[in-house]
Amino acid sequence: MTAINSVISRPSAAQMKVQAEIHGQADRPLLVVDALSKLYAPGKGFSEVSFALYSGEVLGIVGESGSGKSTLLQALSGRLKPDAGSVLYRGYAQGDQGDQMNDLYGMPESERRRLLRTEWGVVHQHPMDGLRPRVSAGGNIGERLMAKGLSHYGNIREQALRWLSDVEIDQGRVDDLPTTFSGGMQQRLQIARNLVTHPQLIFMDEPTGGLDVSVQARLLDLLRRLVNELNLSVIIVTHDLAVARLLADRLMVMKQSRVVESGLTDQVLDDPQHPYTQLLVSSVLQN
Amino acid sequence: METMLRASEVSKRFVLHNQGGVELPVLKQASFSVNQGECLVLNGRSGSGKSTLLRALYGNYLVDSGRIEVKTQGYWLDIASATPRAILQLRRNTIGWVSQFLRVIPRVSALDVVMQPLLDVGGDAKHAKHKAQQLLERLNVPSHLWALAPATFSGGEQQRVNIARGFILDYPVLLLDEPTASLDSTNASAVVELIDQAKQRGAAVVGIFHDSQVREQVADRLYDLSTQDTTVQG
Repeated sequence: MTAINSVISRPSAAQMKVQAEIHGQADRPLLVVDALSKLYAPGKGFSEVSFALYSGEVLGIVGESGSGKSTLLQALSGRLKPDAGSVLYRGYAQGDQGDQMNDLYGMPESERRRLLRTEWGVVHQHPMDGLRPRVSAGGNIGERLMAKGLSHYGNIREQALRWLSDVEIDQGRVDDLPTTFSGGMQQRLQIARNLVTHPQLIFMDEPTGGLDVSVQARLLDLLRRLVNELNLSVIIVTHDLAVARLLADRLMVMKQSRVVESGLTDQVLDDPQHPYTQLLVSSVLQN
Repeated sequence: METMLRASEVSKRFVLHNQGGVELPVLKQASFSVNQGECLVLNGRSGSGKSTLLRALYGNYLVDSGRIEVKTQGYWLDIASATPRAILQLRRNTIGWVSQFLRVIPRVSALDVVMQPLLDVGGDAKHAKHKAQQLLERLNVPSHLWALAPATFSGGEQQRVNIARGFILDYPVLLLDEPTASLDSTNASAVVELIDQAKQRGAAVVGIFHDSQVREQVADRLYDLSTQDTTVQG
């Protein structure tokens, strides 16, 4: 595979992990969520969710539709104010020298928006929700760089081109509008748009949801490689247990707004403890 | 030799909530220890819990009670109570797992599948590639297959790719779930050779082997799960 050579030439995930361990960062969580709740109605939304996410970790949130997993993702990513609880994020708040834990909903709205444009990324299920339809593919990728303060057109275009090939889109399509792309290409473009600023944390909501199976496999493989090579932390919502198994280190299983089980991905899927998880796992057709 | 792995009074039952809450007791107070350079073979009839026990040693199955302690970088870690992060770390640098089933990832070549564990601990790509090629050669995986994704390989070829992956790192502890099942005698003896080498460099090995010939070749001790009161036989 030569498609993401430019990604490979950066420090490998393993090297970065070793770096992080040396500097003691590996032992400090990137995100700490405590008793987070948002209920629209009893059983609608999410309730009392707590966990810690570490650098380079992929957390999968699985459960049936309506279990509250997408709502939870919105709150975790600063797009929906919770009723109770807190989300602490380790990062560089504007004006700070070192890194520290910042309260996501204690910071000003503008700071949350800055986070989402730079250190964080959100990959929506429907790619056009995360892309600008009237801006070229290259412009869609460049926008986040400009939000980070880059202004040199040549540099931005160069990075956009590189990211297009990293996500396996023909560089010749750089000036085309995303509306002329297939669903799979749009999804890959959305991923490139998010990753160009080298975010620490990416939120994904059913990223393979609307795609054909063959397109899904390609996207999954791409995601898996990027997560590994960039040492990304990811929180991914999916109802597809195969996707969860392939990408996630850990799982949280949600049912009716509550986390009913959590643990190592293969342990939760191979030795589920909660009645609902057992039902979920046993309902998947074996092949 | 130094003890690397010790299980103390490990018990486990499966509760099938969606089948009337049936309870299946599988492990009862299983206790044993394994030293460096030693191979302990789990023995017992089908359904006696060999596989469950082996999976518990890898953190793939939870246990109800007891401790499963592994020596990792000079410390003892109890897998039965460890966090997912600690278990993932343990799997990267201490415990290797070889089963007969390869979980195929679309579009990833056989060579990359084998190299990955070495890359994950920061290994040099060139060295990893060289070692992967050596292992695939020893296990008689034809070189024209190395650059292909194993999805289209035969069962035996996939199995041997998986074995190569399990031996690419010199894990201090190796768990083997019937690695030679359905291999011909040439390939089975290649695997036996790899196991012997692992023992010689000081690995503690726990395995399940249905093939009695292979079992006799690699086993230093048997741990019998057939009987109700599980006892170690010397």
